[in-house]
Amino acid sequence: MADPDRFTPLPAQAPPSSSAGPLAWVRANLLSSPLNVAMTLGVLYLLVSIVPGIIDWAILKATVSGDGPNACDATEGACWTFIRLRFDFFIYGFYPEPERWRVDVVLGLLLLVVGPQFLSRFPGKKWIGLFGLTAFPLIVAMLLMGGLFGLPEVETGKWGGLMLTLVLSYVGIVAALPIGVALALGRRSTMPVIRAICVIFIEIWRGVPLISVLFMASVMLPLFLPEGVNFDKLLRALIGIIMFQSAYMAEVVRGGLQGIPKGQYEAADALGLGYWKGMGLVILPQALKMVIPGIVNTFIALFKDTTLVLIIGLLDVLATVQASIVDPAWGNVATEGYLFAAFCFWVFCFGMSRYSQSLERKLHTGHKR
Amino acid sequence: MSETVSADEIKARHPHLEHEVGRQPMIEIRRMNKWYGEFHVLRDINLTVHQGERIVICGPSGSGKSTMIRCINRLEEHQRGTIIVDGVELTHDVKNIEKVRREVGMVFQHFNLFPHLTVLENCCLAPIWVRKEPRHEAEARAMHYLERVRIPEQAKKYPGQLSGGQQQRVAIARSLCMQPRIMLFDEPTSALDPEMIKEVLDTMVQLAEEGMTMLCVTHEMGFAKTVADRVIFMDQGQIVEENNPHDFFNNPRNERTQLFLSQILAH
Repeated sequence: MADPDRFTPLPAQAPPSSSAGPLAWVRANLLSSPLNVAMTLGVLYLLVSIVPGIIDWAILKATVSGDGPNACDATEGACWTFIRLRFDFFIYGFYPEPERWRVDVVLGLLLLVVGPQFLSRFPGKKWIGLFGLTAFPLIVAMLLMGGLFGLPEVETGKWGGLMLTLVLSYVGIVAALPIGVALALGRRSTMPVIRAICVIFIEIWRGVPLISVLFMASVMLPLFLPEGVNFDKLLRALIGIIMFQSAYMAEVVRGGLQGIPKGQYEAADALGLGYWKGMGLVILPQALKMVIPGIVNTFIALFKDTTLVLIIGLLDVLATVQASIVDPAWGNVATEGYLFAAFCFWVFCFGMSRYSQSLERKLHTGHKR
Repeated sequence: MSETVSADEIKARHPHLEHEVGRQPMIEIRRMNKWYGEFHVLRDINLTVHQGERIVICGPSGSGKSTMIRCINRLEEHQRGTIIVDGVELTHDVKNIEKVRREVGMVFQHFNLFPHLTVLENCCLAPIWVRKEPRHEAEARAMHYLERVRIPEQAKKYPGQLSGGQQQRVAIARSLCMQPRIMLFDEPTSALDPEMIKEVLDTMVQLAEEGMTMLCVTHEMGFAKTVADRVIFMDQGQIVEENNPHDFFNNPRNERTQLFLSQILAH
């Protein structure tokens, strides 16, 4: 302070204890106002009155052992025996037992392909991802269908359970994203014919319920096809799902494209990048990044919508659960069954959600524009 | 509007502004007209720019100056008349447009850097994908130009982490990496804080010293006085006056120019 003309900032001080630390957190988040105090107490009361009952039913009084419906006769709690004994059916459906190793291999491969994507650093992560989007679905199709390399053929009518759910949603996701991007670009094209085709496609598929799409694909389509021409029911359902979801995806992606400032398009043009390079290198990376929440939302919706294939006679994981709980030998095991199905869906949807969050964080580059 | 950087100041820092103007026309605009719907934005524009010439375009807002230079690399399409850039006529032919854009660099008012790429990647993108240069060559050149605009240490950062002045200098480096023969500047300092205007102008003056053909839309009259070979004044879609900077500022002929200059230099 010797020189009065010189500016010296005041030294920084530690914050007061009332604004940092766990006590401050509790005060700020739980007890900041009379209403908050009341809500905190209310929630505490609910937790105390509900949680012990759940633990009691699901863990303390539950049965896991036994090898038949009689095992649960004496229990008041959950009958997990039912899930344990029916587990294979929930996972594989009617896939013939000696061939189930093929499904296991596919699930293992899926883990190997998807797992690294969750890690921040993994050698060859990009290539594994690319493999997962291109060759992997084909390898899976060959493995599961068989009829090649001495593998006995397993017709798709026998596929079921979680494996069917995963096949439908994986293929749906892998195919719907690129088709959706193409449709979104087409809808913003300056060429009237392409734009019209994309608008009509999107509006038709988006305007129809998925159930009716699936119903059309399985029941009506064969009526229109010429005699003798018939293709696989699963494939028809898959195409229906892909078309339906790609229309949704297109609108999500279009939202992203519209959010990119005009200056980005102009800068790409001014550098001579041209339409495709400008889109691929400048616009789409930003647009897709911006709509990651929307894209993942669509994926999650797609994942859950696969349960609708039930109405055309394909047994997904929920349908296998439903088919099992009506078995009179087991008595009332609906709660256990549905909880299991819900858990299956939740695990995958939560995984997708976490992945999207980590992706958003990774792709965040400094401040917003 | 005040003069943020004075002519004397620029002259003092850049003593080597004398240069040769080539005889070869780089840009020829003949009777160019453009409409936005019913609105006639550009009316009978005639302009010839020779190699190495530095042209400053000024005028009130809405006078069509940005639109005019944006026609030169076809960010805007003209409806009548001809534009020939380095011997290539701009028509609907995409090949020609791409050829012109490879020779013409542009710097925007709002920088328009690609926020998802680092500074270095911003600079290398077009050389690698348009000029098909090997990555290491493109990166070496990018570093060279980043040094010239005096921010090589920011190469690994993202544009969002830089100040406005730094971003605009990166934008200039990015354009230079394509080794253009002509540079267009569309109000490059208008979005900047006063203290950052100088660093960007310095970069532009340095470019001018090296003989780059430049067209600048700007309100920086100090820059116009020292650097420009010609100053063009536009109003209501027309070129109203065109003169060397000395006569332009000291004896403006047109009444509209006089009014504009009195407003802009009064403060």
